Amino acid sequence: MKSLDARGWTALALILLLVAVPPLARTFDQNFYLLLFTRVVIMTTAAISLNLILGYGGMVSFGHAMYVGIGAYAVGISSFHGLNDGWAQMALAMAVAAVAALAIGAMSLRTKGVYFIMITLAFAQMIYFVAVGLSRYGGDDGLTVKRRSDFGLFGLKDPAVLYYVALAVMLAALWLSWRMVNSRFGLVLRGAKSNDRRMAAIGFATYRYRLAGFVVAGTMCAVAGVLLANFSDFVSPATMHWTRSGDLIVMVVLGGMGSLFGPLFGTVAFLLLEEVLSGITEAWQIIFGPLLLALVLYARGGIDGLLAKRTERGDG
Amino acid sequence: MDLILILEQTLNGVQLGMLLFLLTAGLTLVFGIMDLVNLAHGSLYMMGAYFFATFTRLTGSFLLGAVLALVATLILGIVVEIVALRRLYARDHLDHVLGTFGLILFFNEAARLVWGPAGMSIPLPPYLARAIEILPGVPYSAYKASIIVVGLAVAGFLYWLVGRTRIGMLIRAGASNREMVGALGVNIRLLFTLVFGLGAALAGLAGVMDAPIRTVQIGMGENILILAFVVVVIGGIGSIRGAFVASILVGLIDVMGRAFLPELLKLFMTPIAASTAAPAISSMLIYVAMAGVLVFRPEGLFPARGG
Repeated sequence: MKSLDARGWTALALILLLVAVPPLARTFDQNFYLLLFTRVVIMTTAAISLNLILGYGGMVSFGHAMYVGIGAYAVGISSFHGLNDGWAQMALAMAVAAVAALAIGAMSLRTKGVYFIMITLAFAQMIYFVAVGLSRYGGDDGLTVKRRSDFGLFGLKDPAVLYYVALAVMLAALWLSWRMVNSRFGLVLRGAKSNDRRMAAIGFATYRYRLAGFVVAGTMCAVAGVLLANFSDFVSPATMHWTRSGDLIVMVVLGGMGSLFGPLFGTVAFLLLEEVLSGITEAWQIIFGPLLLALVLYARGGIDGLLAKRTERGDG
Repeated sequence: MDLILILEQTLNGVQLGMLLFLLTAGLTLVFGIMDLVNLAHGSLYMMGAYFFATFTRLTGSFLLGAVLALVATLILGIVVEIVALRRLYARDHLDHVLGTFGLILFFNEAARLVWGPAGMSIPLPPYLARAIEILPGVPYSAYKASIIVVGLAVAGFLYWLVGRTRIGMLIRAGASNREMVGALGVNIRLLFTLVFGLGAALAGLAGVMDAPIRTVQIGMGENILILAFVVVVIGGIGSIRGAFVASILVGLIDVMGRAFLPELLKLFMTPIAASTAAPAISSMLIYVAMAGVLVFRPEGLFPARGG
């Protein structure tokens, strides 16, 4: 095992910090930070799932927030009908997300490049309008989750428990993505990203590998949605508004695409930046928008890239 | 069924199609020639509508306000191209998406700061607010009819511009081989800026004409932008002809679905079930149409040649 580089150390420090958030928040009586970091941890899981297809697979899916929405609505609708069993809700969320991802992926992966971007966006918008049209479940206004999911051994009522569950899910997602990316499957996916024709020529059905990656990512993302619905006690179509999908892409790119810890760095940076900027001015997006443009123009590798550069300079 | 109602809804569909065409023509031109995915196209549409609201109030004239708003959007488009987008041409599509996403956030917030969070409505002048008789006994809104006329005129103009003029020749040449056009001594940067300005002005025109029908508000460009994407995908990227046909198709499907689907569903569902299901299904229709086109023609109905 080689020694940790700058990004390894940063990731380790960040994860240790995340583990320590609930006791720290309690000691300093800053409940706000517990809530903020719960959101960070949940969104990191979503960003990790997007990174699988966007970063490693090169598929610019502009509809990823849809799966967060599917997970959230699985909780909202089942609890509306009196079903609060967390495992059942989780299974339902993952199953629906997997089917949706399979159907959408099967159609949109037939296309490439900008068509793919527009089509994933359009399908996500379609699901968004379906949610808006669900007048029984609140339509545009959304639906309150009256009781949080109950997992038998533990419930999610206590904010600290919810936080640690979300953190455990996030770490599991990190581990899973590490295992996947370094497996044969992951190698094919990455190979298809850099040269699809060559991968096809040496005998891989790249379409099927892409589709499998697409489905795994969507299913993983739905878990984040289940947690998000429990966290905010509320689900609404706004969860899957297309700008939320844009935010997810920003998180992944800000952190560094196609790197293991990129989504973690990116989500932490994105949500903290949002917090800081909106503290300065209500119109924080007027700063954030141009900042995003600058990021695209000048810091292409994201935070992970900056850390990696630092390491190289240190070595050389 | 009521024939007059059907005729009226068909015209409404064509009218929405014309607005979509104005928006999509710019989007598809910019994509076909500069290979740029511009999410901020909807922001230009929104800014056009806001400029229009301001200028009609300042000048007190509907037409003068519209012309000034068009010029303002054209200039804004050129400025945005020079300041930001020009640097993105050489990058990949993901960078385009992110950079122009940043622009959307910027424009929405800027509009909120300048014009406030409340929406604005623009009253129609009397000569446009009345109904005209398009066929004996069939009245139709004069303003909506004028949108159809303007849309057809712009379509004709673009057909002439791209197909029959020297600039159009350069545009087509630029779409199939940028480097070669540049090597032949054409100022390709200027050409790109002009094309982007043209696209911005078209988006502004769509915003101007849509403004009196709906409220001018923040984020108004985003929903229609996604409709425009659907049009581009159906019509084929880079093809103006495809954009025209697909715009009318999408406009008709959307309007007809909303108008007649509830009645249609009532034939084989309970009225309550039909009235709950109809809004959800009718808003899905155009996406289903898009999926259908994709299955049979992944490149769209009119794939652009070259490129």
